[in-house]
Amino acid sequence: MYDGGKIIAGLVIFLGVVTFPFWYTQANEEAIEKPQLLLPADETECVEPTAYMRASHMQMLNEWRDFVVREGQATYLSSTGKMYEMSLTRTCMKCHTSRQEFCNKCHAYSGVSTPYCWDCHVEPKESA
Amino acid sequence: MMKSRRSFLKISGACLLGLGVKPVLNAFAQAERMEIAPNPNALRAGRWALVVDITKCRDDCTDCINACNRAHNIPDLGRTKEEVKWIWNESYEHAFPGVEHEFVEERVKHQPFMVLCNHCDNPPCVRVCPVQATWKREDGIVMMDFHRCIGCRCCMAACPYGSRSFNWTDPRPYIPEGRMNPDFPTRTKGVVEKCNFCVERLAKGLQPACVESCSSGVLTFGDLDDPNSEVRKVLGERYSIQRKPELGTRPRVYYIL
Ligand code: SF4
Ligand code: SF4
Repeated sequence: MYDGGKIIAGLVIFLGVVTFPFWYTQANEEAIEKPQLLLPADETECVEPTAYMRASHMQMLNEWRDFVVREGQATYLSSTGKMYEMSLTRTCMKCHTSRQEFCNKCHAYSGVSTPYCWDCHVEPKESA
Repeated sequence: MMKSRRSFLKISGACLLGLGVKPVLNAFAQAERMEIAPNPNALRAGRWALVVDITKCRDDCTDCINACNRAHNIPDLGRTKEEVKWIWNESYEHAFPGVEHEFVEERVKHQPFMVLCNHCDNPPCVRVCPVQATWKREDGIVMMDFHRCIGCRCCMAACPYGSRSFNWTDPRPYIPEGRMNPDFPTRTKGVVEKCNFCVERLAKGLQPACVESCSSGVLTFGDLDDPNSEVRKVLGERYSIQRKPELGTRPRVYYIL
């Protein structure tokens, strides 16, 4: 092999640069703070378990929309056997009253652009 | 690199196998379908219809229009080209062109007619929508999905009654102060809207907002398929007409003059 040393050195530098974000955040624990979300005060349980909501709330909202708008169905039966009205404003935002302190914060943290739900759906008034 | 005929066939085979497996994967994906519960309170019908007894209308009354505007966050852009309307008043000759003549009764000539989407049984708006943002529900209501509308306005061209409005601007600033109904969405620029026979209220067991608001008993809402329903009773007792029936749209809003 010609120039073996150079190739290996190049590979090492390349790997170092590519993995930089990972070990840099490992080394600087405080580099990115976990978002402090405003959680509902008088409710301990969401319509589905937290892990599911965190990973799949967007699919769930899409399905709720289709059920309500296209099939005229309004009641959701959760995996825990409870019934909820499928409504962003009347169910989700009854507990998560602040879009800014809940939705937006986590979306900013995950680098996901804020969705346009509220271009049409009326969010609860923020009591300043 | 040269590929032998043999290895080419092998790869093609693997690809075909992959396609064969896809339905199985789809079936697994569907196993996660959500559960819904039926709503016992909802008002149901085979075919919803509205009867307007215009003889009972009070002069200058706009209660039904106001109730609808409130319920559905309809912006107030004035009587302009960009106006958004679900229910509005029309003169006799505009509401019923082709049947008007110069000697028609004075009362009818000057009577404003409340008009709205007719929830046609044979709706041309539905046929032309390229994305099925508007469609006919099983109970006959011609429904709009604001999420899906791409604002092409084919439906507006197709509707012979002018029942549909386009949002030329963001409607939010034009919703009068303190009138916002948080339970109903507003629309965005570029979306078409029209009367929905208050599907959101029917789902909760309530009559449409206009019917509820009218204190003169002008409006009767009910199921055409049920021979004992209020609408069938009214239609059976009084002579009624529809708007532009000659077009074959089969409107589901009836007028008693
Ligand atoms: S009145 Fe117009 S918008 Fe309503 S269903 Fe008929 S064609 Fe469609
Ligand atoms: S404007 Fe919207 S509802 Fe009307 S035809 Fe186009 S996509 Fe369908």
